[in-house]
Amino acid sequence: APHDLRRPFKRAAISDQQRRRELSLQRQAQHRRDAQHQARCLASFLNPHSEPEPEPEPEDSPKELDVRHASKLKGAEARKWFARQLMLPEWMIDVPDQLPQDWYVFARPAGKRCFVVSSNGTTADQTYYVIDMVCWREYSLYDCTAEFRFFWLSSKLAETGACDPPSQYHRYRFSPVPVYNCDQAGLSAAYTGAVPYVKDGLLFYNKYDLFFCSVDNAGNAPLALVWKDENCSQYVIDTDSKGQVPSQQQVVLELQDNGNLSTSDDPPVVFGCLDQAFIEQAESRSGNLLRFAIGDGGLSFVDGKLEKADLHYLGKSNRARAFADSYSKVMFQYMARHSPLRIDDLLASINSLSDQENKPSDVEMVG
Amino acid sequence: MITAIIILGRTTATHTHTATLHWRLCLLPTLSARVSDSPLLSSFFFVSLIGFLITRSLARSPSQLANSIQMAMEVTQVLLNAQAVDGTVRKQAEENLKQFQEQNLPSFLFSLAGELSNDDKPVESRKLAGLILKNALDAKEQHRKLELVQRWLSLDPSVKTQIKACLLKTLSSPALDARSTASQVIAKVAGIELPHKQWPELIGSLLSNIHQLPGNTRQATLETLGYICEEVSPDAVEQDHVNKILTAVVQGMNSSESNNDVRLAATRALYNALGFAQANFSNDMERDYIMRVVCEATLSPELRIRQAAFECLVAISSTYYEKLAPYIHDIFNITAKAVKEDDEPVALQAIEFWSSICDEEIDILEEYGGDFTGDSDVPCFYFVKQALPVLVPMLLETLLKQDEDQDQDEGAWNIAMAGGTCLGLVARTVGDDVVPLVMPFIEENITKPDWRQREAATYAFGSILEGPSPDKLIPLVNIALNFMLTALMNDPNNHVKDTTAWTLGRMFEFLHGSALETPIITQANIQQIINVLLQSMKDVPNVAEKACGALYFLAQGYEDAGSSSSPLTPFFQEIVQALLTVTHREDAGESRLRTAAYETLNEVVRCSTDETASMVLQLIPVIMMELHQTLEAQKLSSDEREKQNELQGLLCGCLQVIIQKLGSSEQSRYVFMQYADQMMALFLRVFASRSATAHEEAMLAIGALAYATGADFVKYMPEFYRYLEMGLQNFEDYQVCAITVGVVGDICRALEDKILPYCDGIMTQLLKDLSSNQLHRSVKPPIFSCFGDIALAIGENFEKYLIYAMPMLQSAAELSAHISGADDDMLEYTNSLRNGILEAYSGIFQGFKGSSKTQLLMPFAPHVLQFLDSLYMEKDMDDAVSKTAIGVLGDLADTLGSNAGSLIQQSVSSKDFLSECLSSDDHLIRESAEWAKLAISRAISF
Repeated sequence: APHDLRRPFKRAAISDQQRRRELSLQRQAQHRRDAQHQARCLASFLNPHSEPEPEPEPEDSPKELDVRHASKLKGAEARKWFARQLMLPEWMIDVPDQLPQDWYVFARPAGKRCFVVSSNGTTADQTYYVIDMVCWREYSLYDCTAEFRFFWLSSKLAETGACDPPSQYHRYRFSPVPVYNCDQAGLSAAYTGAVPYVKDGLLFYNKYDLFFCSVDNAGNAPLALVWKDENCSQYVIDTDSKGQVPSQQQVVLELQDNGNLSTSDDPPVVFGCLDQAFIEQAESRSGNLLRFAIGDGGLSFVDGKLEKADLHYLGKSNRARAFADSYSKVMFQYMARHSPLRIDDLLASINSLSDQENKPSDVEMVG
Repeated sequence: MITAIIILGRTTATHTHTATLHWRLCLLPTLSARVSDSPLLSSFFFVSLIGFLITRSLARSPSQLANSIQMAMEVTQVLLNAQAVDGTVRKQAEENLKQFQEQNLPSFLFSLAGELSNDDKPVESRKLAGLILKNALDAKEQHRKLELVQRWLSLDPSVKTQIKACLLKTLSSPALDARSTASQVIAKVAGIELPHKQWPELIGSLLSNIHQLPGNTRQATLETLGYICEEVSPDAVEQDHVNKILTAVVQGMNSSESNNDVRLAATRALYNALGFAQANFSNDMERDYIMRVVCEATLSPELRIRQAAFECLVAISSTYYEKLAPYIHDIFNITAKAVKEDDEPVALQAIEFWSSICDEEIDILEEYGGDFTGDSDVPCFYFVKQALPVLVPMLLETLLKQDEDQDQDEGAWNIAMAGGTCLGLVARTVGDDVVPLVMPFIEENITKPDWRQREAATYAFGSILEGPSPDKLIPLVNIALNFMLTALMNDPNNHVKDTTAWTLGRMFEFLHGSALETPIITQANIQQIINVLLQSMKDVPNVAEKACGALYFLAQGYEDAGSSSSPLTPFFQEIVQALLTVTHREDAGESRLRTAAYETLNEVVRCSTDETASMVLQLIPVIMMELHQTLEAQKLSSDEREKQNELQGLLCGCLQVIIQKLGSSEQSRYVFMQYADQMMALFLRVFASRSATAHEEAMLAIGALAYATGADFVKYMPEFYRYLEMGLQNFEDYQVCAITVGVVGDICRALEDKILPYCDGIMTQLLKDLSSNQLHRSVKPPIFSCFGDIALAIGENFEKYLIYAMPMLQSAAELSAHISGADDDMLEYTNSLRNGILEAYSGIFQGFKGSSKTQLLMPFAPHVLQFLDSLYMEKDMDDAVSKTAIGVLGDLADTLGSNAGSLIQQSVSSKDFLSECLSSDDHLIRESAEWAKLAISRAISF
């Protein structure tokens, strides 16, 4: 039979009841996706060559692993979380082996490193030069190699339009930096090539590192390294708060319970010790960051290990500081003042490697 | 597929996992429940009717046998008694009929057919006999319908032959009612038999010597043909028969047919036969002929014939839109004349023709984004645009023919309403072009003393607000807004005020919001607008309801205000108060005013910001108190109870919106959780009512509460569980079942592994749901997704359900992998099914990740990969399925790792499908693909 002619009259196309239903379905679908993504973010323990990893420490609970949760943190809690997530590069005080095989290099943009959390494409009028990414919508990149992260970064950033000029959705412009293989050509390009930002040294990334472990468990080679000289940085030697290069190198160390003065490394490197009377006089407490100058006595080494440091107390450090200096930073600054690692040393290391490759390898006789 | 069928009684939660049950999947009646001929049964019944009667009856007591025989003789009296005014007599007769049917179905059906065909019997008993016969062949409910079909097919063929002979004979009866009833029964039998290639002689015997038949028989024959076309799908009828049917029908419609009853029956038959006429409409000559006859019939002196002919035109406009170009000019003239001069039933059809053309063109233009490309199915012919200069004046004319009380009458439908609705569709079809044609009418009439003119002008303005560009409309709205606000306050006519409030709502719906560059609501006028709307909410119910509607869209326009600040904030308290006052009006039951007030309250809450969170919070105890009162009400009449249930639905809906709003922000969630216990207690009490709507709303609210509460929700589970189970068992109100399935997902995510103690029961119920052929098919895909939710929540504890869930998933996957030749609806359903299956796999794989039991999933990996491969080969999955499917590939690799490495590498999915997804235009697909690529590379690198 013919259909009813009546059409909705003076009625909205969708009833509110229908809307409630649909919004619920949307909410559920969204939460299902979130749960799925969270599951995918959790690293797979599956590794046929070894037993399952031991349970992570309580502080590494999945909630803390999750950038999307962390983005809701506020204030001090947030600063602490994000500071932990930032990969702090070590300073290059030795040239690593296998530079051309295992490393990327790029010109490090001057400026502060920061952690940008973007939600639904909106961030909170300048340009960010993006040097790494730890999580992208779908899943965490923490457990991905730098190789994958760089590939991901360059393809994702372009897609989102984040590289476009600022708009009402993102006041900041994001720009990826050109990354090179650390062979001779790559190193030269990063060192001398023109970039649209102010260069502040070179950053070396091990291709196979995971973001979380910039130093692997055995305490071996650090996997991100920064290096600079006068040609690629205006700030080779640290300046003081007034922008002047002080006559003596300054270091910031953390005061420990036992009076030890240590670096931010894990485990910390001890540079000296304060006695109780001095601590009281300086109104310092354990955990305080204290500023020292390195006197003419300098640093002394025995078998490559720090033996003695000639430290002179200057005062408490700026409250904005979150960490003491790292050992490699102190060492890099010390070397910069005394016997810097030069670009030629890096190039020479690459060349010697390629020379080695050209040599016929030894044949082990079994006959 | 697992074939053993176990229909469970009640399986208690604790021993499900020990029972060795196999579940049969029942997804698609059309796919899995194939109707089979039953040779065994047929041969068993291969005896004459009388012989049969005796054989079967021997097993029964002599008195029962006597009953049956007596019944057959007295059937006329029983059928008359069944229509008696005296309830006792009626009840007794109904009981007799029921017994007769149960004791001896073939004899019963044959008696009825005999009664129907016997011209010596009273027409009342014949009609009822036919009706009972019809109901023995068909039912509304799908499950019952399949049973009846099966029952008819397995009847003794000789009985069926005799019944059919009786039915065909009845078509020649002088009694119109008997003929008409027989027509319907014949169509029902045809509906069952033709698809099974039975009764092949039906069409031939109906059409043989149709020209020689007397008028009444021809009329009944044509009517029967029409019903058959309505009942049977076109592919069950050979083209040769289609040609014969159409020829007979169109000849019967011809103006040369002098018998009006025959002509009417033929015209109505054509309406149903149009779907069969694809081939004939592609033939120019045949199409011309059909169109000519239809158009001529619109000019018949007989009103019912004209109306039926226009109904044909309406059907043709949607079925054969692309064939209309040569006729559209003539049709316009015919429709214009009918709209102007003809009786209302005919004029309404004539307007409907243009509404239907608009529907078609809106769909086409929407689908092709305005530019027609060569490979599109149907081009847009822009009939509406071409007819615009004459069509619009014709429609505007109708607006002045309002009925006095149409706004108070829910079921009203008249030419003014139809014309206004059509004008709105025209505006959506042509956009800007409609505006200059309508504006002069508005300007001329809007200030006239006659309310009809003012109302018509206002309605015209309201109806063109959707379609034309904001650039075109905003300047007009800026001028009109003030006028409308004044009219809403001061016009003496309720009808005008109703339409004015509606028009304001349309302004806010389409021209107010963050997407529009120039706001029509500003700091300067918002105060006045809100004052007028709140004032108007005190007007008569129909006007107040429209004012609530306008406020709804006013609030909606600010939904993007975010968490910062909304222009509504200063008025928030006042608005909420006014809406609550409306809900308490004595007359709030009229014109769905109370519903509108709560719906507006919902939208105001949804679009509120952090600034007003504390006021939203204060609403909770208020709404809870209202809900509490409805639950306390005693001794209600059934009418009052129904109203009470409706109100409970609205209140639960409102609480749901509030929970969802406050639950989404960390701070407000913390504060509102103080009410969680009380809210939950109220929701549980709502389940005591028998109203499906109230259940649905309460269930939705509980889902929102579970999400907001998180793991603490576990404390409600002991009490809530039985209602959850009840919801999952509600096949009849499948919406409730569907929503409950969704809530299970919410609870899984809230409780995670704390849901474990309830999983046996839930899984049992979900498996039963999947096996049921009574449950609406739309609920089945979400059930699969729910498997995934459960697996993700309980991880390796899902182990014990694998033996049930996996075969179900596997057979569903097989069914859904290949569906060649399905229509759009079927494809859409199949894709939602695939998505559900894939979400289940995804959840199961991820749930087992990192467990020592991942090897349990290994046996299923080949099948899952095969499913992905076949989906890829079929090339008919939508983007959502692609995304989920490629994600499953990643999940499989992620969880099974190197164990599945070689399997993965052998699959087409890991190569062609993956690389296709990696270069997809859809970034969600690409992301899933990149995840899969990463997971695969990890899996195969070891």
